[in-house]
Amino acid sequence: MNQEHFEPRLIGFLCNWCSYTGADLAGTARMVYAPNIRIIRVMCTGRVDPQFVLKAFREGADGVLISGCHPGDCHYQEGNYKAMRRHKLLSKVLEQFGIEKERFRLEWVSASEGTKFQQVCNEFTEQIRGLGPLNLNGNKGEHHEQRQA
Amino acid sequence: MSNAKPKVAFYWCASCGGCEESIVDLAEDILKVVAAVDIVFWPVALDFKKKDVEAMPDKSIAVSFINGGIRMSEQEEMAHLLRRKSQIVVAHGACAHLGGIPGLANFWNKSTIFRTVYHTTASTDNPNGTEPQPKTSLDGYELTLPVFWDTVHPLDDIIDVDYYLPGCAPHRDLIINAVTAILEGKLPPKGSVLAPNKSCCDDCERNDSKPDKLQIKEIKRPHEVLLDPKTCFLAQGVICMGPATRGGCGERCINGNMPCRGCMGPTDQVYDQGAKFLSAFASILDANDEKDIERLVDSIVDPAGTFYRFSLPSSILKRKKLEAVK
Repeated sequence: MNQEHFEPRLIGFLCNWCSYTGADLAGTARMVYAPNIRIIRVMCTGRVDPQFVLKAFREGADGVLISGCHPGDCHYQEGNYKAMRRHKLLSKVLEQFGIEKERFRLEWVSASEGTKFQQVCNEFTEQIRGLGPLNLNGNKGEHHEQRQA
Repeated sequence: MSNAKPKVAFYWCASCGGCEESIVDLAEDILKVVAAVDIVFWPVALDFKKKDVEAMPDKSIAVSFINGGIRMSEQEEMAHLLRRKSQIVVAHGACAHLGGIPGLANFWNKSTIFRTVYHTTASTDNPNGTEPQPKTSLDGYELTLPVFWDTVHPLDDIIDVDYYLPGCAPHRDLIINAVTAILEGKLPPKGSVLAPNKSCCDDCERNDSKPDKLQIKEIKRPHEVLLDPKTCFLAQGVICMGPATRGGCGERCINGNMPCRGCMGPTDQVYDQGAKFLSAFASILDANDEKDIERLVDSIVDPAGTFYRFSLPSSILKRKKLEAVK
Protein backbone atom coordinates (compact mmCIF):
# COMPACT_ATOMS: atom_id res chain seq x y z
CA MET A 1 0.00 0.00 0.00
CA ASN A 2 1.27 3.42 -0.86
CA GLN A 3 1.98 5.28 2.37
CA GLU A 4 1.27 8.66 0.73
CA HIS A 5 -2.24 7.69 -0.30
CA PHE A 6 -3.01 5.71 2.81
CA GLU A 7 -6.68 5.83 3.78
CA PRO A 8 -7.19 4.17 7.18
CA ARG A 9 -9.70 1.33 7.24
CA LEU A 10 -11.55 1.50 10.53
CA ILE A 11 -14.17 -0.81 12.00
CA GLY A 12 -16.59 0.57 14.58
CA PHE A 13 -18.69 -1.61 16.87
CA LEU A 14 -21.48 0.69 18.05
CA CYS A 15 -24.10 -0.15 20.63
CA ASN A 16 -27.70 0.01 19.52
CA TRP A 17 -28.93 2.21 22.36
CA CYS A 18 -26.43 5.06 22.54
CA SER A 19 -23.61 5.27 20.03
CA TYR A 20 -25.45 3.95 16.98
CA THR A 21 -28.21 6.46 17.67
CA GLY A 22 -25.52 9.11 18.21
CA ALA A 23 -24.03 8.24 14.80
CA ASP A 24 -27.52 8.38 13.32
CA LEU A 25 -27.95 11.85 14.80
CA ALA A 26 -24.64 12.95 13.24
CA GLY A 27 -26.03 11.68 9.92
CA THR A 28 -29.49 13.26 10.10
CA ALA A 29 -27.92 16.53 11.26
CA ARG A 30 -25.69 16.31 8.16
CA MET A 31 -22.51 16.65 10.14
CA VAL A 32 -19.45 16.06 7.97
CA TYR A 33 -16.90 13.58 9.28
CA ALA A 34 -14.17 11.27 7.95
CA PRO A 35 -15.76 8.45 5.92
CA ASN A 36 -13.15 5.87 6.98
CA ILE A 37 -15.21 4.06 9.58
CA ARG A 38 -17.34 1.00 8.74
CA ILE A 39 -20.00 0.67 11.38
CA ILE A 40 -21.28 -2.61 12.78
CA ARG A 41 -24.26 -2.28 15.09
CA VAL A 42 -24.31 -4.52 18.15
CA MET A 43 -26.92 -4.58 20.89
CA CYS A 44 -24.38 -3.68 23.57
CA THR A 45 -20.63 -3.10 23.82
CA GLY A 46 -20.73 -6.07 26.22
CA ARG A 47 -21.62 -8.17 23.17
CA VAL A 48 -18.34 -7.36 21.45
CA ASP A 49 -16.41 -10.61 21.63
CA PRO A 50 -12.62 -10.03 21.60
CA GLN A 51 -12.63 -12.50 18.68
CA PHE A 52 -14.49 -9.84 16.62
CA VAL A 53 -11.72 -7.32 17.25
CA LEU A 54 -8.96 -9.79 16.39
CA LYS A 55 -10.81 -10.84 13.25
CA ALA A 56 -11.15 -7.21 12.17
CA PHE A 57 -7.38 -6.70 12.52
CA ARG A 58 -6.64 -10.04 10.85
CA GLU A 59 -8.79 -9.11 7.85
CA GLY A 60 -7.17 -5.76 7.27
CA ALA A 61 -8.56 -3.16 9.67
CA ASP A 62 -6.02 -0.48 10.64
CA GLY A 63 -8.03 0.49 13.70
CA VAL A 64 -11.01 -0.77 15.71
CA LEU A 65 -13.41 1.43 17.67
CA ILE A 66 -15.84 0.21 20.29
CA SER A 67 -18.36 2.83 21.29
CA GLY A 68 -21.23 2.60 23.75
CA CYS A 69 -23.27 4.26 26.46
CA HIS A 70 -21.52 6.27 29.16
CA PRO A 71 -20.68 4.32 32.35
CA GLY A 72 -23.85 4.02 34.42
CA ASP A 73 -26.11 4.42 31.36
CA CYS A 74 -25.90 0.89 29.91
CA HIS A 75 -29.26 -0.39 28.73
CA TYR A 76 -28.26 -3.75 30.23
CA GLN A 77 -26.85 -2.27 33.45
CA GLU A 78 -23.22 -3.37 33.19
CA GLY A 79 -22.39 -4.35 29.61
CA ASN A 80 -20.23 -1.29 29.07
CA TYR A 81 -18.25 -1.99 32.25
CA LYS A 82 -17.44 -5.44 30.87
CA ALA A 83 -16.43 -3.81 27.59
CA MET A 84 -14.18 -1.41 29.51
CA ARG A 85 -12.40 -4.29 31.28
CA ARG A 86 -12.06 -6.31 28.08
CA HIS A 87 -10.73 -3.25 26.26
CA LYS A 88 -8.01 -2.67 28.84
CA LEU A 89 -6.94 -6.32 28.90
CA LEU A 90 -7.14 -6.80 25.13
CA SER A 91 -5.13 -3.60 24.54
CA LYS A 92 -2.32 -5.07 26.62
CA VAL A 93 -2.52 -8.37 24.72
CA LEU A 94 -2.56 -6.58 21.33
CA GLU A 95 0.67 -4.77 22.23
CA GLN A 96 2.30 -8.16 22.81
CA PHE A 97 1.20 -9.06 19.28
CA GLY A 98 2.90 -5.92 17.94
CA ILE A 99 -0.34 -4.00 17.42
CA GLU A 100 -0.15 -0.51 18.93
CA LYS A 101 -2.77 0.08 21.60
CA GLU A 102 -3.77 3.35 19.88
CA ARG A 103 -5.30 1.23 17.11
CA PHE A 104 -7.93 -0.11 19.51
CA ARG A 105 -10.12 2.61 20.96
CA LEU A 106 -13.03 2.71 23.39
CA GLU A 107 -15.33 5.75 23.51
CA TRP A 108 -18.56 6.67 25.23
CA VAL A 109 -21.03 8.41 22.90
CA SER A 110 -24.63 8.93 24.01
CA ALA A 111 -27.66 9.14 21.71
CA SER A 112 -27.57 12.93 21.86
CA GLU A 113 -23.84 13.30 21.19
CA GLY A 114 -23.76 13.46 17.38
CA THR A 115 -21.02 16.07 17.62
CA LYS A 116 -18.91 13.83 19.81
CA PHE A 117 -19.29 10.98 17.32
CA GLN A 118 -18.15 13.29 14.54
CA GLN A 119 -15.17 14.35 16.62
CA VAL A 120 -14.22 10.75 17.58
CA CYS A 121 -14.30 9.60 13.95
CA ASN A 122 -12.19 12.52 12.77
CA GLU A 123 -9.65 12.17 15.58
CA PHE A 124 -9.36 8.40 15.25
CA THR A 125 -8.92 8.60 11.47
CA GLU A 126 -6.15 11.18 11.80
CA GLN A 127 -4.47 9.27 14.59
CA ILE A 128 -4.39 6.07 12.49
CA ARG A 129 -3.27 8.03 9.45
CA GLY A 130 -0.32 9.17 11.57
CA LEU A 131 0.46 5.59 12.65
CA GLY A 132 0.29 4.30 9.08
CA PRO A 133 -1.11 1.02 7.77
CA LEU A 134 -1.09 -1.95 10.16
CA ASN A 135 -0.14 -4.30 7.33
CA LEU A 136 -0.59 -7.36 9.51
CA ASN A 137 -0.53 -9.78 6.59
CA GLY A 138 1.84 -7.97 4.30
CA ASN A 139 5.18 -8.46 6.06
CA LYS A 140 6.68 -11.83 5.42
CA GLY A 141 9.79 -11.43 7.57
CA GLU A 142 13.29 -12.48 6.66
CA HIS A 143 12.95 -16.19 7.14
CA HIS A 144 9.45 -16.84 6.05
CA GLU A 145 8.95 -20.41 5.00
CA GLN A 146 8.98 -21.36 1.37
CA ARG A 147 6.21 -23.87 1.40
CA GLN A 148 6.11 -26.81 -0.93
CA ALA A 149 3.28 -26.50 -3.40
CA MET B 1 -1.66 -63.08 8.59
CA SER B 2 0.54 -60.23 9.70
CA ASN B 3 0.00 -58.59 6.32
CA ALA B 4 -3.66 -58.15 7.15
CA LYS B 5 -2.89 -55.90 10.14
CA PRO B 6 -3.36 -52.19 9.58
CA LYS B 7 -0.09 -50.27 9.32
CA VAL B 8 0.54 -47.44 11.77
CA ALA B 9 3.22 -44.74 11.80
CA PHE B 10 4.32 -42.30 14.50
CA TYR B 11 6.33 -39.17 13.85
CA TRP B 12 7.49 -36.18 15.86
CA CYS B 13 8.03 -32.62 14.75
CA ALA B 14 8.46 -29.53 16.98
CA SER B 15 7.58 -31.17 20.29
CA CYS B 16 9.16 -32.29 23.54
CA GLY B 17 8.74 -36.04 23.22
CA GLY B 18 5.92 -36.17 25.75
CA CYS B 19 3.50 -37.42 23.11
CA GLU B 20 5.83 -40.33 22.29
CA GLU B 21 5.83 -40.95 26.02
CA SER B 22 2.04 -40.93 26.01
CA ILE B 23 2.13 -43.96 23.68
CA VAL B 24 4.62 -45.78 25.90
CA ASP B 25 2.52 -44.81 28.92
CA LEU B 26 -0.35 -46.88 27.61
CA ALA B 27 1.54 -49.58 29.59
CA GLU B 28 -0.07 -53.00 29.17
CA ASP B 29 -2.69 -51.53 26.85
CA ILE B 30 0.04 -50.86 24.31
CA LEU B 31 0.35 -54.64 23.92
CA LYS B 32 -3.24 -54.76 22.64
CA VAL B 33 -2.39 -52.01 20.18
CA VAL B 34 0.82 -53.72 19.09
CA ALA B 35 -1.07 -57.01 18.66
CA ALA B 36 -3.66 -55.33 16.44
CA VAL B 37 -1.41 -53.22 14.21
CA ASP B 38 1.91 -53.22 12.40
CA ILE B 39 4.05 -50.25 13.40
CA VAL B 40 5.95 -49.39 10.23
CA PHE B 41 7.64 -46.13 11.25
CA TRP B 42 8.47 -44.73 14.68
CA PRO B 43 11.83 -42.93 14.78
CA VAL B 44 11.91 -42.61 18.56
CA ALA B 45 11.61 -46.36 19.14
CA LEU B 46 12.18 -48.34 15.93
CA ASP B 47 14.94 -48.25 13.34
CA PHE B 48 13.04 -47.42 10.18
CA LYS B 49 14.31 -44.68 7.88
CA LYS B 50 12.74 -42.07 5.69
CA LYS B 51 13.60 -44.13 2.61
CA ASP B 52 11.54 -47.03 4.03
CA VAL B 53 8.51 -44.77 4.13
CA GLU B 54 9.26 -43.43 0.64
CA ALA B 55 9.33 -47.01 -0.65
CA MET B 56 5.80 -47.73 0.61
CA PRO B 57 2.90 -47.41 -1.83
CA ASP B 58 0.75 -44.30 -1.40
CA LYS B 59 -2.10 -44.69 1.11
CA SER B 60 -0.61 -47.94 2.39
CA ILE B 61 -0.35 -46.71 6.00
CA ALA B 62 -3.74 -46.94 7.72
CA VAL B 63 -3.02 -44.12 10.15
CA SER B 64 -0.15 -41.78 10.96
CA PHE B 65 0.03 -40.12 14.36
CA ILE B 66 2.05 -36.94 13.96
CA ASN B 67 2.93 -34.91 17.04
CA GLY B 68 4.57 -31.50 17.26
CA GLY B 69 4.13 -28.25 15.42
CA ILE B 70 5.85 -27.49 12.12
CA ARG B 71 8.68 -24.98 12.37
CA MET B 72 11.38 -26.34 10.02
CA SER B 73 11.53 -27.47 6.40
CA GLU B 74 12.36 -31.05 7.37
CA GLN B 75 9.17 -31.32 9.41
CA GLU B 76 7.15 -29.96 6.52
CA GLU B 77 8.72 -32.51 4.18
CA MET B 78 7.98 -35.42 6.52
CA ALA B 79 4.41 -34.23 7.09
CA HIS B 80 3.81 -34.16 3.33
CA LEU B 81 5.42 -37.59 2.91
CA LEU B 82 3.33 -39.18 5.66
CA ARG B 83 0.19 -37.51 4.34
CA ARG B 84 0.83 -39.06 0.93
CA LYS B 85 1.43 -42.52 2.37
CA SER B 86 -1.46 -42.51 4.87
CA GLN B 87 -5.20 -42.97 4.70
CA ILE B 88 -5.73 -41.13 8.00
CA VAL B 89 -3.53 -38.51 9.65
CA VAL B 90 -4.09 -37.75 13.33
CA ALA B 91 -2.62 -34.57 14.84
CA HIS B 92 -1.39 -36.10 18.09
CA GLY B 93 -1.17 -33.76 21.05
CA ALA B 94 -1.46 -30.03 21.67
CA CYS B 95 1.51 -29.00 19.47
CA ALA B 96 0.25 -30.69 16.29
CA HIS B 97 -3.32 -29.66 17.14
CA LEU B 98 -2.74 -25.99 18.13
CA GLY B 99 0.99 -25.24 17.95
CA GLY B 100 1.51 -25.89 21.66
CA ILE B 101 4.26 -24.61 23.94
CA PRO B 102 6.87 -24.38 21.13
CA GLY B 103 4.31 -22.18 19.38
CA LEU B 104 4.94 -19.44 21.95
CA ALA B 105 8.04 -18.79 19.84
CA ASN B 106 5.63 -16.98 17.51
CA PHE B 107 6.05 -13.98 19.80
CA TRP B 108 9.59 -13.82 18.33
CA ASN B 109 11.12 -14.63 14.94
CA LYS B 110 14.14 -16.53 13.63
CA SER B 111 16.72 -13.80 14.19
CA THR B 112 15.61 -12.96 17.75
CA ILE B 113 15.49 -16.67 18.65
CA PHE B 114 18.93 -17.31 17.15
CA ARG B 115 20.36 -14.25 18.89
CA THR B 116 19.21 -15.59 22.27
CA VAL B 117 20.08 -19.24 21.69
CA TYR B 118 23.46 -18.84 19.96
CA HIS B 119 24.72 -15.54 21.35
CA THR B 120 23.27 -13.92 24.46
CA THR B 121 22.41 -16.61 27.02
CA ALA B 122 24.86 -16.79 29.92
CA SER B 123 25.70 -20.43 29.20
CA THR B 124 26.53 -19.86 25.53
CA ASP B 125 30.22 -20.24 24.56
CA ASN B 126 30.36 -19.25 20.91
CA PRO B 127 33.38 -16.95 20.36
CA ASN B 128 33.10 -17.02 16.55
CA GLY B 129 29.39 -16.25 16.63
CA THR B 130 28.57 -19.35 14.58
CA GLU B 131 24.96 -19.97 13.66
CA PRO B 132 23.56 -23.08 11.96
CA GLN B 133 23.38 -22.61 8.20
CA PRO B 134 21.10 -24.49 5.80
CA LYS B 135 24.13 -25.13 3.56
CA THR B 136 27.82 -25.53 4.46
CA SER B 137 30.73 -26.64 2.31
CA LEU B 138 33.31 -28.88 3.97
CA ASP B 139 36.16 -30.72 2.23
CA GLY B 140 34.38 -30.47 -1.10
CA TYR B 141 31.10 -31.80 0.30
CA GLU B 142 27.97 -29.77 0.68
CA LEU B 143 26.29 -30.35 4.03
CA THR B 144 22.71 -29.29 4.63
CA LEU B 145 20.49 -28.62 7.62
CA PRO B 146 16.73 -28.02 7.65
CA VAL B 147 15.67 -24.39 7.25
CA PHE B 148 14.44 -22.78 10.48
CA TRP B 149 11.31 -20.67 9.98
CA ASP B 150 10.10 -17.47 11.62
CA THR B 151 6.79 -19.09 12.47
CA VAL B 152 5.57 -22.28 14.14
CA HIS B 153 2.51 -23.80 12.46
CA PRO B 154 -0.07 -26.28 13.67
CA LEU B 155 -0.07 -29.43 11.51
CA ASP B 156 -3.26 -28.49 9.64
CA ASP B 157 -1.60 -25.32 8.32
CA ILE B 158 0.71 -27.61 6.34
CA ILE B 159 -1.27 -30.73 5.45
CA ASP B 160 -4.83 -32.00 5.52
CA VAL B 161 -5.53 -33.45 8.99
CA ASP B 162 -8.31 -35.98 9.58
CA TYR B 163 -8.51 -36.02 13.38
CA TYR B 164 -7.11 -34.22 16.38
CA LEU B 165 -6.04 -35.89 19.61
CA PRO B 166 -5.81 -32.94 22.03
CA GLY B 167 -3.86 -32.54 25.25
CA CYS B 168 -0.32 -32.12 26.52
CA ALA B 169 0.12 -35.02 26.35
CA PRO B 170 -3.21 -36.63 25.37
CA HIS B 171 -4.80 -38.63 28.18
CA ARG B 172 -4.42 -42.39 27.75
CA ASP B 173 -8.19 -42.93 27.58
CA LEU B 174 -8.40 -40.54 24.63
CA ILE B 175 -5.61 -42.40 22.83
CA ILE B 176 -7.15 -45.82 23.52
CA ASN B 177 -10.58 -44.59 22.38
CA ALA B 178 -9.08 -43.12 19.22
CA VAL B 179 -7.11 -46.24 18.34
CA THR B 180 -10.13 -48.45 19.05
CA ALA B 181 -12.38 -46.26 16.92
CA ILE B 182 -9.89 -46.39 14.04
CA LEU B 183 -9.46 -50.17 14.28
CA GLU B 184 -13.20 -50.72 14.42
CA GLY B 185 -13.89 -48.18 11.70
CA LYS B 186 -16.27 -46.27 14.00
CA LEU B 187 -14.92 -42.83 13.32
CA PRO B 188 -16.65 -39.49 13.82
CA PRO B 189 -16.84 -36.97 10.93
CA LYS B 190 -13.53 -35.85 9.49
CA GLY B 191 -12.00 -32.88 11.28
CA SER B 192 -13.31 -33.93 14.70
CA VAL B 193 -11.36 -33.42 17.89
CA LEU B 194 -11.36 -36.84 19.53
CA ALA B 195 -12.45 -35.64 22.99
CA PRO B 196 -15.71 -34.54 24.65
CA ASN B 197 -17.09 -31.21 23.43
CA LYS B 198 -17.58 -29.61 26.84
CA SER B 199 -15.49 -27.37 28.99
CA CYS B 200 -12.99 -28.46 31.59
CA CYS B 201 -15.17 -26.80 34.29
CA ASP B 202 -17.98 -29.16 33.31
CA ASP B 203 -16.16 -32.13 34.83
CA CYS B 204 -14.35 -30.21 37.53
CA GLU B 205 -14.94 -31.46 41.07
CA ARG B 206 -14.40 -27.92 42.33
CA ASN B 207 -17.35 -26.60 40.34
CA ASP B 208 -19.64 -26.71 43.40
CA SER B 209 -17.27 -24.44 45.30
CA LYS B 210 -17.70 -21.69 42.72
CA PRO B 211 -19.64 -18.74 44.20
CA ASP B 212 -22.84 -17.63 42.41
CA LYS B 213 -21.12 -14.47 41.31
CA LEU B 214 -17.43 -14.97 40.65
CA GLN B 215 -15.52 -11.76 41.23
CA ILE B 216 -11.78 -11.29 41.30
CA LYS B 217 -10.39 -8.54 43.49
CA GLU B 218 -6.76 -9.51 43.25
CA ILE B 219 -4.93 -11.73 40.77
CA LYS B 220 -2.46 -14.17 42.24
CA ARG B 221 0.01 -16.56 40.66
CA PRO B 222 0.11 -20.17 41.89
CA HIS B 223 3.48 -19.78 43.59
CA GLU B 224 2.38 -16.70 45.52
CA VAL B 225 -0.42 -18.35 47.45
CA LEU B 226 -1.18 -21.52 49.36
CA LEU B 227 -3.89 -23.00 47.17
CA ASP B 228 -6.91 -24.60 48.77
CA PRO B 229 -7.28 -28.08 47.22
CA LYS B 230 -11.09 -27.96 47.09
CA THR B 231 -11.97 -24.41 45.98
CA CYS B 232 -12.38 -23.17 42.41
CA PHE B 233 -9.08 -21.56 41.33
CA LEU B 234 -10.79 -18.50 39.89
CA ALA B 235 -12.54 -17.99 43.23
CA GLN B 236 -9.05 -17.96 44.76
CA GLY B 237 -7.93 -15.26 42.31
CA VAL B 238 -5.72 -17.62 40.30
CA ILE B 239 -5.94 -17.68 36.51
CA CYS B 240 -7.47 -21.03 35.48
CA MET B 241 -8.17 -21.60 31.78
CA GLY B 242 -10.88 -24.18 32.56
CA PRO B 243 -13.86 -22.13 31.32
CA ALA B 244 -12.33 -21.74 27.84
CA THR B 245 -10.75 -25.17 27.58
CA ARG B 246 -12.08 -28.49 26.35
CA GLY B 247 -12.52 -31.19 29.00
CA GLY B 248 -11.69 -34.88 28.77
CA CYS B 249 -8.09 -34.40 29.90
CA GLY B 250 -8.58 -36.39 33.09
CA GLU B 251 -8.05 -33.15 35.06
CA ARG B 252 -4.53 -34.13 35.95
CA CYS B 253 -3.52 -30.54 36.72
CA ILE B 254 -6.57 -29.80 38.86
CA ASN B 255 -6.03 -33.01 40.81
CA GLY B 256 -2.43 -31.93 41.35
CA ASN B 257 -3.78 -28.67 42.79
CA MET B 258 -2.66 -26.62 39.82
CA PRO B 259 -4.99 -24.53 37.64
CA CYS B 260 -5.86 -25.51 34.06
CA ARG B 261 -3.38 -24.10 31.53
CA GLY B 262 -5.51 -24.77 28.47
CA CYS B 263 -3.67 -27.62 26.69
CA MET B 264 -6.87 -29.23 25.34
CA GLY B 265 -7.66 -26.18 23.25
CA PRO B 266 -11.08 -24.64 22.72
CA THR B 267 -14.38 -26.47 22.32
CA ASP B 268 -15.95 -26.77 18.84
CA GLN B 269 -17.96 -23.56 19.33
CA VAL B 270 -14.91 -21.38 19.85
CA TYR B 271 -12.33 -20.31 17.29
CA ASP B 272 -9.83 -18.42 19.43
CA GLN B 273 -9.28 -19.87 22.89
CA GLY B 274 -7.16 -16.99 24.19
CA ALA B 275 -9.65 -14.30 23.15
CA LYS B 276 -12.52 -16.26 24.64
CA PHE B 277 -10.73 -16.70 27.93
CA LEU B 278 -9.76 -13.03 27.94
CA SER B 279 -13.41 -12.17 27.47
CA ALA B 280 -14.58 -14.36 30.33
CA PHE B 281 -11.77 -13.38 32.66
CA ALA B 282 -12.10 -9.63 32.11
CA SER B 283 -15.82 -9.84 32.81
CA ILE B 284 -15.26 -11.25 36.32
CA LEU B 285 -12.68 -8.67 37.38
CA ASP B 286 -14.14 -6.78 40.31
CA ALA B 287 -13.47 -3.22 39.14
CA ASN B 288 -15.60 -0.62 37.41
CA ASP B 289 -13.28 2.31 37.67
CA GLU B 290 -10.64 2.89 35.00
CA LYS B 291 -7.77 3.13 37.49
CA ASP B 292 -8.82 -0.03 39.35
CA ILE B 293 -9.19 -1.95 36.09
CA GLU B 294 -5.75 -0.81 34.99
CA ARG B 295 -4.22 -1.89 38.30
CA LEU B 296 -5.76 -5.38 37.98
CA VAL B 297 -4.84 -5.76 34.30
CA ASP B 298 -1.27 -4.62 34.96
CA SER B 299 -0.93 -7.26 37.66
CA ILE B 300 -1.29 -10.01 35.03
CA VAL B 301 2.20 -11.04 33.98
CA ASP B 302 2.35 -11.84 30.25
CA PRO B 303 -1.39 -12.07 29.51
CA ALA B 304 -0.94 -13.08 25.85
CA GLY B 305 1.46 -15.87 26.76
CA THR B 306 -0.89 -17.04 29.51
CA PHE B 307 -4.11 -17.01 27.50
CA TYR B 308 -2.46 -18.42 24.35
CA ARG B 309 -0.07 -20.75 26.16
CA PHE B 310 -0.92 -23.68 23.87
CA SER B 311 -2.89 -22.13 21.03
CA LEU B 312 -0.93 -19.15 19.67
CA PRO B 313 -0.15 -20.59 16.17
CA SER B 314 -3.78 -21.62 15.65
CA SER B 315 -5.28 -18.38 16.99
CA ILE B 316 -6.79 -15.63 14.85
CA LEU B 317 -3.58 -13.55 14.87
CA LYS B 318 -1.29 -16.62 14.77
CA ARG B 319 1.85 -14.69 15.70
CA LYS B 320 3.37 -11.36 16.64
CA LYS B 321 3.38 -9.00 13.70
CA LEU B 322 6.46 -9.44 11.52
CA GLU B 323 8.31 -6.27 10.69
CA ALA B 324 8.92 -5.34 7.09
CA VAL B 325 12.21 -6.60 5.64
CA LYS B 326 14.59 -3.71 5.04
